[in-house]
Amino acid sequence: MDWLVTFLQVVFSGLAAGSVYALIALAMVIIYRTTEVLNFAQGDMAMLCANVGLAFLVTGALPFPLAVAAALAFAALLGACAEFFFLRRAKEPTVLSLIIITLGLEMIVFGFASWKWGGEPRDFPIPLSPADVLVVGGVIMGHLELATIGIAGLIIAALFFFLARSKAGLAMRSTQQNRAAARLMGIRVRRVEMGAWSLAAMIGCIAGLLVGPAATVEPYMMWDPMMKGFAAAVLGGITSLPGAALGGAIIGIVENLFGFYVSTAFKSVVPFAVILLMLAIKPSGLLARHYVKKV
Amino acid sequence: MDMKRSYYKDLRLFDTLPLGLWLCACCLVLAAVPFHVGNYTLYLLGYIAINVIVAVGLNVLVGYTGQISLGHAGFFAIGAYAAVLLVNAGLPIPLALPAAALIAAAFGLLLGLPALRLEGPYLAVITLGFGLTVENIFAKTPAFGGATGPAVPAFTLTLVPGWSREQNLYLLIMLLAGASLLAVRNLMRTRVGRAFVAIRDSDVAAACAGVDLTWYKTLAFAVSAFFTGLAGGLFAFHLGQVDPTTFNLMLSILFLAMVVIGGVGSILGPVLGAVAISLLNLKLKGLQLADFEQIPLFGPSIAGFLGRNFMETGMANIQFIVYGAILVSIMIFEPLGLYGLWVRSKRYWRAWPL
Repeated sequence: MDWLVTFLQVVFSGLAAGSVYALIALAMVIIYRTTEVLNFAQGDMAMLCANVGLAFLVTGALPFPLAVAAALAFAALLGACAEFFFLRRAKEPTVLSLIIITLGLEMIVFGFASWKWGGEPRDFPIPLSPADVLVVGGVIMGHLELATIGIAGLIIAALFFFLARSKAGLAMRSTQQNRAAARLMGIRVRRVEMGAWSLAAMIGCIAGLLVGPAATVEPYMMWDPMMKGFAAAVLGGITSLPGAALGGAIIGIVENLFGFYVSTAFKSVVPFAVILLMLAIKPSGLLARHYVKKV
Repeated sequence: MDMKRSYYKDLRLFDTLPLGLWLCACCLVLAAVPFHVGNYTLYLLGYIAINVIVAVGLNVLVGYTGQISLGHAGFFAIGAYAAVLLVNAGLPIPLALPAAALIAAAFGLLLGLPALRLEGPYLAVITLGFGLTVENIFAKTPAFGGATGPAVPAFTLTLVPGWSREQNLYLLIMLLAGASLLAVRNLMRTRVGRAFVAIRDSDVAAACAGVDLTWYKTLAFAVSAFFTGLAGGLFAFHLGQVDPTTFNLMLSILFLAMVVIGGVGSILGPVLGAVAISLLNLKLKGLQLADFEQIPLFGPSIAGFLGRNFMETGMANIQFIVYGAILVSIMIFEPLGLYGLWVRSKRYWRAWPL
């Protein structure tokens, strides 16, 4: 049964990586669903938030929960500012120009963070030790990995509940479906859009705070999770929240299996092969309804 | 004001006679340059011209056909590696460069195929994945030289007897850049070019008018990849080394930035954008804290503030803030880019004093 334990071990660490991808994917999907913007700055905004969290923790000497709360508050502000100062200002935007605005935002954030804190990788101290593990039937589960999966699962569940049951969630859905009609029904669509950006930035921030301790905090830390998260969002069908969560898990696990059994060198390419395969079979994504452009 | 009023006007190579004369003057100046300046200036001009080729090629895809690509660094890398490997295999440079461009174009055809059914986010993810995959394969396959890249053969082509390597390389790059500009300008005056523009404006309407979307979208990718691959081949010889980490996502975004900053859907636009981004890149890469002290009045206090709060080693990253800010403000204030500014100021003076 050795092979089964190894297999489960690989699947488990894949799932831990996949939960981070799922969080990034969820953040992108929330923004895309509400405003039809592909946010390429998601990863680097998360990187900035992780850096800010680290600054609060180390330079500001705040206790861990307070530092996390401060980083989340910063993320909410960052998301709102990004929407208010950049996206809302675009005149008659096309898909391309919105993508380019977020790419510009990404470059500003990346440039700022790597100027402010330099390129040196730094450790993110957390109240969990990497040596703490839970062994279940031979599979070694690190506490940090378990926490990552648990936190991601909790956030995903909370998000589904929030978007399905709350008034704000209803407002977000109606804004996405028909902006003009939502506005006529008394929904403050601009505020909803700003709220979506804030929410997405906070989810991204949590992903950043989970990547920071697992790896290190440096300017490029979120590039890889960002690509995988984007891939996961597309895999799930870019407008579907469960699709994004499922896509993240699939990509994390498939990537890790490939890395273990086939080749580590090309591990980071696998998600795109998965996407290509999926798009060839079901172009609208795993869990999204077929998308037809209105002419 | 700049409306075309007849088909013959639309088919002209240059819109006006003065424009043609100015272009001739530019060509003369560029031709006179190698006699008067040092090697470093030639190197800079070559670097700019290579970026011009990429921007003009990418513009065929982004500006004229309306498809997005976040993976053009991949075509650039394919061109560079193909040129180097072909020359290493014994092919002469004049054959290896077009061959490298054709290989890149073949990959463009391949990438164009899935592009037919995809748009927006799906196309973005596929091109993004393509760029990353190419970078990864080149960096991790020993046959391609691994992380250090293959050895680049010396540039031995002699166009003008008696000229140095730098002068010959400069001449070759400029000739190819000129040829690329002319080729794209001419392509846009043909049936193919009009089909591209029709697809950009509305693919459904284009299909109804009899434009074969499959063929023309794929072709747009191939044409764009051809020019980018050509530029990649030149880049390998120009730099004298091929480092796989150069061809990362940031490079793809920079290429896109050149097109967008210059102005999508024009010939002059990408040229302006490529020149602007290349100059900014050269200026900002070597930024020092001391440069901030030169600012009048507040110089020392600004430099002091930056020195206390920012890492001095990270100063080169200011360039990304500048590019990002330019990209965002172009999109917000002048979506047609530098070309739009030029057209607008021209119109202002022509209609003056209204």
